[in-house]
Amino acid sequence: MTQSSARDAEMPLQHFESVVIRFAGDSGDGMQITGNQFTHTSAVIGNDLATFPDYPAEIRAPAGTRPGVSGFQVRFSSSDIHTPGDQPDVLIAMNPAALVVNIRDLRPGGIVVVNTGQFSDSDLKKAALTKNPLTDGTLSGFRVIEIDINKRVTEALKGTTLSSKEVQRCKNFYTLGLMYWLYHRPLETTIKWLEEKFAKRPELAEANKLAMQAGYNAGDIHELFQGRYEVLPCTSMPPGTYRNIMGNDALAMGLVAGAQLAGLQPFLGSYPITPASGILEALAAYKNFGVITFQAEDEIAAICSALGAAYAGCLGFTTTSGPGVALKTEAMGLAVSVELPLVIVNVQRGGPSTGLPTKTEQADLLQAIFGRNGEAPIPVIAASTPADAFDTAVEACRIAVQYMTPVILLSDGYIANGAEPWKLPRIEDLKPFPVKFVEPNPEGGFQPYARDAKLARPWAKPGTAGLEHRIGGLEKAHLTGNISYDPDNHEFMVRMRQNKVMGIRDSIPTPNVFGDSTGDVLVVGWGSTHGSITSAIEELRKKGRKVGGLHLRHVWPLPKDLDKIMACFRSVLVPEMNLGQMARLLRSEYPQQNIISYPKVQGQPFRTTELVKKIESLLEK
Amino acid sequence: MAEAQALTKKDFKSDQDVRWCPGCGDYAILNCVQGIMAAIGVPKHQICFVSGIGCSSRFPYYMNTFGFHSIHGRAPAFATGIKTANPDLSVWMVTGDGDGLSIGGNHMAHILRRNVDVKILLFNNEIYGLTKGQYSPTSPQGLKTKTSPMGSVDRPMDPVSFALGCGATFVARTIDTHLKHMEQVLLAAAHHKGTAFVEIYQNCVIFNDGAFDAFAEKTLRDDKTIDLRPGQPMVFGKALDKGIKVDGWEPRIVPAAEADVWRSDTHSPGPAFVMSQMDSDPAMPRPLGIFRDVQGPIFDASVHEQIKRAKSAKGPGTLEKLIYSGETWTVK
Repeated sequence: MTQSSARDAEMPLQHFESVVIRFAGDSGDGMQITGNQFTHTSAVIGNDLATFPDYPAEIRAPAGTRPGVSGFQVRFSSSDIHTPGDQPDVLIAMNPAALVVNIRDLRPGGIVVVNTGQFSDSDLKKAALTKNPLTDGTLSGFRVIEIDINKRVTEALKGTTLSSKEVQRCKNFYTLGLMYWLYHRPLETTIKWLEEKFAKRPELAEANKLAMQAGYNAGDIHELFQGRYEVLPCTSMPPGTYRNIMGNDALAMGLVAGAQLAGLQPFLGSYPITPASGILEALAAYKNFGVITFQAEDEIAAICSALGAAYAGCLGFTTTSGPGVALKTEAMGLAVSVELPLVIVNVQRGGPSTGLPTKTEQADLLQAIFGRNGEAPIPVIAASTPADAFDTAVEACRIAVQYMTPVILLSDGYIANGAEPWKLPRIEDLKPFPVKFVEPNPEGGFQPYARDAKLARPWAKPGTAGLEHRIGGLEKAHLTGNISYDPDNHEFMVRMRQNKVMGIRDSIPTPNVFGDSTGDVLVVGWGSTHGSITSAIEELRKKGRKVGGLHLRHVWPLPKDLDKIMACFRSVLVPEMNLGQMARLLRSEYPQQNIISYPKVQGQPFRTTELVKKIESLLEK
Repeated sequence: MAEAQALTKKDFKSDQDVRWCPGCGDYAILNCVQGIMAAIGVPKHQICFVSGIGCSSRFPYYMNTFGFHSIHGRAPAFATGIKTANPDLSVWMVTGDGDGLSIGGNHMAHILRRNVDVKILLFNNEIYGLTKGQYSPTSPQGLKTKTSPMGSVDRPMDPVSFALGCGATFVARTIDTHLKHMEQVLLAAAHHKGTAFVEIYQNCVIFNDGAFDAFAEKTLRDDKTIDLRPGQPMVFGKALDKGIKVDGWEPRIVPAAEADVWRSDTHSPGPAFVMSQMDSDPAMPRPLGIFRDVQGPIFDASVHEQIKRAKSAKGPGTLEKLIYSGETWTVK
């Protein structure tokens, strides 16, 4: 249904390499849906893209207030990109609060589309404004497009059976239509989505389609803009089949895939928590893949049920965020002691305590590595982008079953809710790692704490004849697994568990350096800082700087030879969304290296410009 | 079951030394449970005992079956995971008044309401034993312990009332000194489909000796307890000459001929609840036996039923289906 009219042809079409749009409105205005639809359409037409949803913890904070503002930033591009962009080129502000909260981020000269239908005195008051930002000079230096979207939607939906409240709920689709016109995008993908979403209420599907069409036509008819823009498909993406994916969804799919590659039935014990709930929701829909999901009564029951299921022969998963990890800690210690495979996913958010539930942070790293009573080593790996969450989840499953150990998989709010195009792996490239359970009635009896070459103990499923054995959190004797209070045995077992986990480094690759492999600054990152770091290094290298990047997937144990890589640079910079936890870890592991911490703890990802500036300051020294 | 395969009590004894205090009520329970295991005819590799922390929770180590000694209070969650992962297993959970009703009270409530097919044995000795003698959530008010030198001011909870309130489908009570009764109750629990909750009064010889003597002492037992047997008149006394009749909501003692017939399968758990609270009047006998026995949808079975339905509706999931789903596009 791409529109064509006489004016369409007259409007000049300008090409851009990359554009950043931020949709901002009240948390009830449907900005997340709008942003997701724009993203999806851009993905299907072949742009590279990255998104950054940013919304309040309250479901519906008081309408029209600043804390209630919900935003969705999407960057779409005809070249490879790694971040959702530092500054929007276009800001959609559905009300005064959305305008004042977001305007300071808009690029100078950028476009701001304002819904003037929501700018009455009482609307200004709700946003704690004494003056109208449309007239007080706030918007000087920007291209302001004023539209009374409330009124336009009412006109467009005249004659429908919808109540006036329902009519106003279609405002976001009017906005979406307008942006589709401005950036020359087809409406089909969204139309299809609406028809599926509102299959049982076709009148709502119809109304939203009308609103979207009205927005699209408005661009055409009302001469709001001086021209239309086009961002061509990205041709530099490697060949393959792609889909748009959000981090939580990719992670959920990775867990299902990991269980299949291990030949096990997956069991997820979980308790809803922001921003991890999406994984539980996604896995609950994979029942035909044999996924068992158990929404437990609390975080503790969630991990305990998963560990119980692991004892019974399933691949156990539990998914949560920081406060939930705190509650699961005792059971994680038991998982270390009973040596059963279990994947613990922590989608990190701002802390401590309840902290910033909907904002991103990386401050649970040291908790993941060291935060348990006793010597309780657990391997820790971290996803770096939404699509990478799939591969990382598969890797977590591999380590868990091959080493008979709990594994902590770190994601964060930025990865969980962000989206990017995912180059789908070829099925034949996914290497199986099938689990071999102990066979019934083994000759010479069964020893539950015997070890293989990886120091992993055997996995003996209840229900298998001749393998009756007892496990628990009390210290176990080597080989037999019987309770043992023997001092020498305790030290032996503590060291055994430690050596097993540290031995995982034999099965992981040393990561490749991107950019320069020798030079002035090596930027070492882990987790969701990947995009910003990559962009910053690309930018600096274009300027001829000698800068390299190293991104860690395996954060504990660390891969081999990192010291050799670091030694090739004058200094090592570690940007993190915490007060320098990875830097502290690297300093303790590699005391001879010059490691500089670059912390940011604002619940917001690093901007590329911030990193470029920081790295340049080191280059000048 | 074929003669050659028949298991005996001895087959269920593990090779581990039992380390409860001499004279502990736990020995009688262990002995009884080993006998029950032989009687129910489930192969021992199909049986799994799960426990939390506490004296009672050492139980799995002494059973020659699969066993998981987990963490304090969380046995219901482990048992739910194990049973849901493999519904073919016969899963038994052993807990105590502290483990099951204090630190683990939340999980206990939820396993009962979900009706997971797990048999729960709650050893109630009205004291914390393994931590050496502090009052528990079932200790009577006024009990002097190390942490209540002037007597506990806590009001105790009644495990049977609690289980009934959580919607348990099988609730019973027995006592460590009455082996025959314990056998009958545990057999009924074993045969119940869904969660079976059995409170076992268990004497702690060290820290709370004689806690149940007031009604359980052998010379008093017949007159001070009543055995609730489904479908049988509610009679008690050495000569079975006394009975219970419930007038309105109030139970009272009547001649045996006038006693009500006990029903454990009423639509409402109300009658069972009235019985569970009867002994708050010290003149009334302490009820033992089967308070409630009804059928309800079983959690683990329902989970697998949904998986089966999803597989038949959508076809079994493959890696290809998993990954190559949603809207895709190709870059050449």
